[in-house]
Amino acid sequence: MTSLPSHTEKSLGLVIDLDTCVGCHACVTACKGWNTENYGAPLADADAYGPNPVGSFLNRIHSYEIQPETGPAQVVHFPKSCLHCADAPCVTVCPTGASYKRTEDGIVLVNESDCIGCGLCAWACPYGAREMDPEEQVMKKCTLCVDRIYNENLPEEDRQPACVRTCPVGARHFGDLSDPESDVSRLVAERGGIELMPEQGTAPVNRYLPPRPRDELPELDVLAPFLEPVAEDSKGFVGWLDRTLSRLS
Amino acid sequence: MHPAPSIILFTTLSGLGFGMLAFLGLDAAPPTGWSALAFLVIAFSLAGGGLLSSAFHLGHPERALKAFTQWRSSWLSREAWAALLAMSAMAPYGAGLVFLDQAWRALGVAGAVLSLAAVFATSMIYLQMRTVPRWNHWSPPALFLGFALAGGALLTGRVTVALWALPLLAVVQIVAWIDQERRETASDTDLATATGLGHVGTVRAFEPPHTGESYLTREMVFQVGRKHALVLKVISVLLFAVIPVVLLLLPFTHFLAVPAAASHLLGALIQRWLFFAEARHVVAQYYGRWDKTGMRRGRRFAR
Amino acid sequence: MNAPKVDTSPKVSDEIRKTTCYMCACRCGINVHMKGGQVAYIEGNRDHPVNRGVLCAKGASGIMQHLSPARLRAPMKRTGPRGSGRFEEISWDEALETAVSWMKPLRETDQSRFAFFTGRDQSQSFTSYWAQAFGTPNYAAHGGFCSVNMAAAGIYTMGGAFWEFGQPDWDRTKLFMIFGVAEDHDSNPIKMGIGKLKARGARIIGVNPIRTGYNAVADEWLGITPGTDGLFVLSLVHCLMKAGRIDLEYLARFTDAPCLVNGDRTSDEFGLLLANEAGKKLVIDRRTGEIAAYDAPGIQPDLSAVYRAEDVSHRTVLQHMADKYLDDEFAPEAVASRVGIEASRIRAVAAELARVAFDEAIELEREWTDFRGETHSRMIGRPVSFHAMRGIGAHANGFQTCRALHLLQIILGSVEVPGGFRFKPPYPKSATIHPKPHAGVMPGQPLDGPLLGFVHGPDDLLVDEDGNPKRIDKAFSWENPMSAHGLMHMLISNAHAGDPYRIDTMLLYMANMAWNSSMNTSGVMKMLTDKDDSGEYVIPRIIYSDAYASEMVAYADLILPDTTYLERHDCISLLDRPICEAEAAADAIRWPVVEPDRDVRGFQSVLCDLGARLGLPGFVNADGSQRYKDYADYMQNHERAPGVGPLAGWRGSGDEHGRGAPNPNQISKYVENGGFWIAHVPEKAAFYKPWNMNYQDWAVSLGLADRPCPYLFSLWCEPLRRFQLAAEGRHRLSPPEHLQARYGEVMDPLPVWYPPHSSGESGYDLHAVTQRPMAMYHSWGSQNAWLRQIHGRNPLYVPTRIWKSEGFRDGDWARLSSPHGEIVVPVAHMAALNENTVWTWNAIGKRKGAWSLDENAPEATKGFLLNHLIHELLPPRGDGLRWANSDPVTGQAAWYDLRVRIEKVAAPDETKPSHPAQVSPVAKAPEVVARKIGA
Repeated sequence: MTSLPSHTEKSLGLVIDLDTCVGCHACVTACKGWNTENYGAPLADADAYGPNPVGSFLNRIHSYEIQPETGPAQVVHFPKSCLHCADAPCVTVCPTGASYKRTEDGIVLVNESDCIGCGLCAWACPYGAREMDPEEQVMKKCTLCVDRIYNENLPEEDRQPACVRTCPVGARHFGDLSDPESDVSRLVAERGGIELMPEQGTAPVNRYLPPRPRDELPELDVLAPFLEPVAEDSKGFVGWLDRTLSRLS
Repeated sequence: MHPAPSIILFTTLSGLGFGMLAFLGLDAAPPTGWSALAFLVIAFSLAGGGLLSSAFHLGHPERALKAFTQWRSSWLSREAWAALLAMSAMAPYGAGLVFLDQAWRALGVAGAVLSLAAVFATSMIYLQMRTVPRWNHWSPPALFLGFALAGGALLTGRVTVALWALPLLAVVQIVAWIDQERRETASDTDLATATGLGHVGTVRAFEPPHTGESYLTREMVFQVGRKHALVLKVISVLLFAVIPVVLLLLPFTHFLAVPAAASHLLGALIQRWLFFAEARHVVAQYYGRWDKTGMRRGRRFAR
Repeated sequence: MNAPKVDTSPKVSDEIRKTTCYMCACRCGINVHMKGGQVAYIEGNRDHPVNRGVLCAKGASGIMQHLSPARLRAPMKRTGPRGSGRFEEISWDEALETAVSWMKPLRETDQSRFAFFTGRDQSQSFTSYWAQAFGTPNYAAHGGFCSVNMAAAGIYTMGGAFWEFGQPDWDRTKLFMIFGVAEDHDSNPIKMGIGKLKARGARIIGVNPIRTGYNAVADEWLGITPGTDGLFVLSLVHCLMKAGRIDLEYLARFTDAPCLVNGDRTSDEFGLLLANEAGKKLVIDRRTGEIAAYDAPGIQPDLSAVYRAEDVSHRTVLQHMADKYLDDEFAPEAVASRVGIEASRIRAVAAELARVAFDEAIELEREWTDFRGETHSRMIGRPVSFHAMRGIGAHANGFQTCRALHLLQIILGSVEVPGGFRFKPPYPKSATIHPKPHAGVMPGQPLDGPLLGFVHGPDDLLVDEDGNPKRIDKAFSWENPMSAHGLMHMLISNAHAGDPYRIDTMLLYMANMAWNSSMNTSGVMKMLTDKDDSGEYVIPRIIYSDAYASEMVAYADLILPDTTYLERHDCISLLDRPICEAEAAADAIRWPVVEPDRDVRGFQSVLCDLGARLGLPGFVNADGSQRYKDYADYMQNHERAPGVGPLAGWRGSGDEHGRGAPNPNQISKYVENGGFWIAHVPEKAAFYKPWNMNYQDWAVSLGLADRPCPYLFSLWCEPLRRFQLAAEGRHRLSPPEHLQARYGEVMDPLPVWYPPHSSGESGYDLHAVTQRPMAMYHSWGSQNAWLRQIHGRNPLYVPTRIWKSEGFRDGDWARLSSPHGEIVVPVAHMAALNENTVWTWNAIGKRKGAWSLDENAPEATKGFLLNHLIHELLPPRGDGLRWANSDPVTGQAAWYDLRVRIEKVAAPDETKPSHPAQVSPVAKAPEVVARKIGA
């Protein structure tokens, strides 16, 4: 089981739009809420009200500042959770088979009852997508809400990961990235979706849509005709006004 | 990487234990009787104690047996098997030596090979981590096996072998330190590839996801000052190689074997602490703490 | 490969109960999933008009707020000295009888010695009704230190404000410009709107000193210098007017731009708009050249006309605007260095606004009829839209700045048109329809009218014959005449100073005045604990209601514990601050999805009880018995006017909406419908609402208005001019002498910009501001185990220029000083920041011992407030007077005028100032949270 499937029927994953994410952390707590009450052990918080609170979270939002060669610095909010890699190193290192990649949809899961809490999978993951639960001492990770996306007790429109459902700006998209016709694949094609740390050879499924170019309002000379003066002072303005109104009526 | 005492103890002690077992298994004229018993007790205690210590590192030690299932893909699983098999071979072999005055050669050689295989498997757990450039390198097997063999020779009283092995190990270790650093510098993972935003400009971590620490930062974002590390390296080499060699070169007495072994063990523990503490995990890139983890120049990072 | 069997269809919950979120002021609909009678999971309600299923970080963490260890458990009376936090629990009967014994004598003698102020209250129409019945003039919610500039400027100018009272036409706008926005008003709707724009690739321009959140995703970011937004906007106005890129037809038809300004310098009405005997503003009809009432059928108001009468020329408002804004003082080159934006970028923004508004105009084939009786076959849209909030408002020039922004919107013809900014019912509503404020105290009687409202001139002020304020907060006085929301931030300092008079008993609700909701926090804590010569507290009695162990609890004498939001009834009423959309009127309820497991009661229900015990009219039946047994009873049965009650849906026998008799099943209808009610605006009424008779008639039918009330937008703010006239000695009343010169400057009837008061404090060259993080609401989030991990402490962000010049490095600390005080705090570097501004996240810092947090929690040791640096009063000036640190028009607290200097210091153990720990009035919090109800 610790071996990776040579092929998965689907490659379900997320496409995250960095042009749109405002960094509100909605996906972080929606994820925490759903996954505390559902798959596996609750996501615990140690020292919850103390000096060093540490809880397990399956999704966290980083913020980066980018200084382009010209123009002001930019800020990009960067949600990060498991990327459900095709060549998931976290799976092959697992000594017990608790960590596995599903053949049917490519989701990487941890079977918590087999997890011995050795932590090797978290070491193997370059993205920081796995966290040991401080209370249950098993490895927790994004399940892509495997207990939502097929859940017949949920209305069809809600069969998507909790983070996607809650995202107020719609910066998170869920779908089958192995299907070139899927909405998510189209978005990736149109917007030049990127792969994180390609050099790590993990072949992640999730993709990130880069921010659109910023601070590129057309130069003034292009826009100048829109501001051609009609008057230099108040008197001239009233004259222009009168002429224009005559034309209008 | 967080230098967890349990793992440091485990890899160091079990390496020594298996090193001893390897020498005992390979020995054409092994000790027998009480003498064999003494060596075997020490070797098994180190190997077994190390394994036990590693179990403390687990979140669920009661499920440890499950770790035997994935030998086809997992080095940890292979390590478990190799260790089990090595001890299974060396136990009857040892019993033969102690109680029957018999050396079953084939069993001893098999036990020795399995013992070294166990150490090799342990080292491969680290080597396979592409996420930790310093480990993803030839050095973990060389060092783990080197320490097992040199330490094993020392602890089984093979003075000549030890006199050759310890200086050689010191050289390998020094080369490894230098080359590990080169390997880490050559890592092509940086914040630009981590975020995919390098094409926009220079990327800098602005706000972390959470203001406090997390499992990730505690486990994989550890820092040790460069000067501090260098001092520890010198001390380590002195302890694991130089002092034992000097002691061995003094007129031999059993009295000096104990301090030589103790010195080596202490040096090995420091070496192993550095092996973890200096290793940087690429996830530190996401936290903007790559340059502040592993070996780090300048001021201590105040948090 | 035998993959383990995963249950992909687990049961989600036993039941979903739909109510309204209260994790911020946004009021989204939530689905509360119940398992075994307990709250298991909270998600957004897909049907709800506010959030359409989405939910923010706070909302999705509601479960942890509901289970907070800081929840108060029972009524308490103070046993230790004020501020210590020592209390004993008492019964509700004792608590209520104690309150009555304090309040009843005041009601019978002088109600002005009682003050009732509420903070994050979402029941202001109820609490103000109660205050009015009690008869005190001293009531307000927290608007005065929050957003009154934005609200009042919007209402005085265009009959509605940004805030949550309007929204861009998200589906059609092509260029969206957002100024200094706070996160807790309309936050999910704004995020959803930004998502829509992004999906369409529409352009967003962010104007904010700090590039985070919405500004981070803005295509263009203008890192403006705080307090200069008005100057920047007027420079855009300058460029657009100079280029003639303004919507003349819109200005002529729908605004007072063609109205004639009295040009007679000898008149007492000089500078007011000419009006006929009926009070209707006058214009020249371009067809005839004759003077006419603005709303005369068929007329074409002439923008360029001059009306000459008795040798005096009366020119139109637009001509006065040309005089003012074409002046080179507003040229981009003249303002660039002050606003911190290059002149070429200002021009580029102006040009882009003009291009999109006029060259990308949109048209909807929708017929509508205006108030002059003219039917239009199409709706023309200017697809540029704007939004702004506290960032531009919380300055001493905030009112005029907000007005300037509305002026910009209006000259572009982009308000209430397709693609532009749209009002949400019950807005638009002319300022003149709102009530005026009242302060007529009669012992034993209710007040003579509603407490808060809109003044239109000196006659409406609440001052006595000597010009002294009638209210404890000095609202509606000469110092800040148009303070429509009161001045909660002045309550404690005025009461402490006995200026204008002393207060005996204060009732406060959900207002953390001893911490993050006050300027000069350390000073306020002292005022609350100061004693007079007789050993009595200077503010003798404080009653406080809160659900949680906030810092303020320790400073009260009597605590009335409130419920969590999942345990209470509430109505989000059209009488109050509703949850409507531009295309729908809507209201909503909260209802107890679980019953409290503690001896706590919803504060509004407690007021129903107290009202009855005090015998307040409206709260007792004819026989003296309690009228409303609880808030739910009030929500269902109270009528503000015949047929109009707190809730608009399912009135009468359940089939009447808007107007109708009380319905005993109304709340259950709301529950059945997911907690809300909605009525859609008819298509023809969807735009041009202030002038669209289709809308006006619909609003009347729904009870939003008593009669159609179309009006013109007021570019020329006559109330301001009336105050100027008083200062010029042309009114029977006049402001105190020291205010007269200032009136001339700041009460200009056209939007102006003047530097905020505290500019020019020498040696304090940097601006310091706060922002609210999206994942925290005020101080509430720190008791939330999930949210406090996201924001457990706050660094001071320092721009690159200062970072380098001060030689800062990661992990450093700095002393930040203002003329009023200093704090010592950790710093962090930020490049995407105005180079003269430092900032931090708001209200992360906590007092030790509060909120059930460990005394060594990072909130208390590494977190901090800027509040310590801000005083209610400005430092003394040459005239020896200390002016209020607030907008001279509205009294809005000028939080963002703070000026500071910074210096590197050795890292201390914790942030300074450090206050001793309060005793926590609640049990110690658990160490680990790992709660799962489902099997």
